[in-house]
Amino acid sequence: MKHTISDSITITKRQLLQLARIPEVLVFSTIQPVMFVLLFRFVFGGSIASGQPGGYVQLLMPGIFVQTVAFTLASTAIGLAEDMKKGLIDRFRSLPISRGAVVIGRTFGDALLNILVLTVMALAGYAVGWRPTSGGLKIFSAFLFLFMFGYALSWIGIFVGLSVKEARTVQSVGFLVTFPLTFLSNAFAPTTGMPRILQYFAEWNPVSTMVAACRQLFGLKNQFGATANSWPSQHPLQTSLMYMVLLMVVFIPLSIRKYKNTSN
Amino acid sequence: MKSITAQHLVKTYRNGQVRALDDLTLDVEEGTVLSVLGPNGAGKTTAVRILATLLKPDSGIATVAGIDVIKHPEKVRELIGLSGQYAAVDETLTGWDNLVMFGRLYHLGKAASIKRAEDLLERFSLTESAKRPIKTYSGGMRRRLDLAASLIVQPKVLFLDEPTTGLDPRGRQEMWGVIQELVKGGVTLLLTTQYLEEADQLADEIAVIDRGKVIARGTSDALKKQVGGERLEITVENSDIAKTQEIIARISGTATHTDVRTISAPVSTGSLALMDALRALDEATIHPLDIALKRPSLDDVFLSLTGHVAEETVEEPAKKKRGGKK
Ligand SMILES: Nc1ncnc2c1ncn2[C@@H]1O[C@H](COP(=O)(O)OP(=O)(O)O)[C@@H](O)[C@H]1O
Ligand SMILES: [Mg+2]
Repeated sequence: MKHTISDSITITKRQLLQLARIPEVLVFSTIQPVMFVLLFRFVFGGSIASGQPGGYVQLLMPGIFVQTVAFTLASTAIGLAEDMKKGLIDRFRSLPISRGAVVIGRTFGDALLNILVLTVMALAGYAVGWRPTSGGLKIFSAFLFLFMFGYALSWIGIFVGLSVKEARTVQSVGFLVTFPLTFLSNAFAPTTGMPRILQYFAEWNPVSTMVAACRQLFGLKNQFGATANSWPSQHPLQTSLMYMVLLMVVFIPLSIRKYKNTSN
Repeated sequence: MKSITAQHLVKTYRNGQVRALDDLTLDVEEGTVLSVLGPNGAGKTTAVRILATLLKPDSGIATVAGIDVIKHPEKVRELIGLSGQYAAVDETLTGWDNLVMFGRLYHLGKAASIKRAEDLLERFSLTESAKRPIKTYSGGMRRRLDLAASLIVQPKVLFLDEPTTGLDPRGRQEMWGVIQELVKGGVTLLLTTQYLEEADQLADEIAVIDRGKVIARGTSDALKKQVGGERLEITVENSDIAKTQEIIARISGTATHTDVRTISAPVSTGSLALMDALRALDEATIHPLDIALKRPSLDDVFLSLTGHVAEETVEEPAKKKRGGKK
């Protein structure tokens, strides 16, 4: 087990090397979130009344940040499923390497990618008028939250990637899960307009609590549709943190065990 | 000392509907080469995956270098090299990248990993393509790189699952050369194949498997004897058929078989029989349209051992993409 870290880093390096060999992947995985920033900012920005000084973009950016890191689930799963299909995972499993290294390494790689993507998005946001007002430490904490959320989801991605046979299945499943989760939330529009039952879902939706937590940490007063009395809307930081810990506590051991027992 | 043993291995899929291994028993003496010969779907890959610790059998025991593969897989992994049926290397990376990565995963230092990668690339004639992504490699180059990756740390026991399936004749020749070199180094090798000729070239012993069981076992000579060795096949004009049948019957000493204008019979003396036949035909002023000495194929082995031809068991379409039965 003493090699767990170094083996994981070798696996992470491989993923980075892949990105260096096919830079298009990197370009497209950053263009998409930037495109979202621009689309939402300029298409809906004018028509959605935010009641927020600085305009809709202040509310929008946390939503897009969370949506983007939520896609980590799918990208981790797809990467792993592809390795499985090509027989690489089999080969790794026949090597005398630490048990968790192959999956831990991949979560590291996807986490590094998230740092890059978040940075690019923050810059794009800044360019279209996003200005967090809370101060350095809080802004940093918001990004730390986003980073951790992505990391926790990555572990679900590992589990999914090991469970399916086709990378394409993961892609569809990823969209099927991520889109409702991000849209049935407070990320882009107020939840107050939803039917009560959906509102209830939206309040407890981890995407909402993450978005609300980020808005709070970026210094926004208006929580955009958070229904006044619900516990998660009032304690978004705690709820989000609870979700992240819960996900990791459940999925890290589960995924590592799955990896160990996986046999195509 | 036995380097590999497998006793009564059973592995089923789809709730027992598919018996991939059905009481498979085999062993390999240290420093020798065993070829597991069988058609698609016979259970070759399943057996290799169990021995290489990737899969747990439903029942049975297996050891590699004296270590139980089910109880101590992590110890076994330190001693084996595996090159699977489909080259499993990272296609987006270069050959060099791949080998250095595997070196690191075997816990060689950085410098040692690079050194080893370069040595192996050289040895497998891949130095020129070392810095190209694997995607651009030919099938043969891919397989050689895959093999190189399983030799990073000199393994005691090596498993090669259909190392030449899907290669063109030249690629196959090259691969055979590489494997023969390896064997000289003294590694214990278990190699699976669908080609009798390949087993013949590379193995000390052959285990023929069918539907998850070993149905015959022995040296290639012994097996061939069982099958009836080579066949002499001569095609002639219609008017010469009767005369030719007589000649071939005399040379082979057994009954001949005639298929349209092609007359054939088993022979035990190989090329001598061929020369005798040519001489006799010449004396009788018969000009053969075609003449050949046919080595027995897997199909012949199967036919004589089981009474049925080597059937392809139903396989998942995804797995079938490379290499057919022939
Ligand atoms: N994961 C699996 N699920 C269901 N059937 C399988 C699986 N793996 C192998 N089989 C079946 O087990 C049998 C043996 O397969 P395999 O060991 O791959 O044969 P070979 O390598 O000799 O072609 C085949 O009938 C195959 O379809
Ligand atoms: Mg096979």
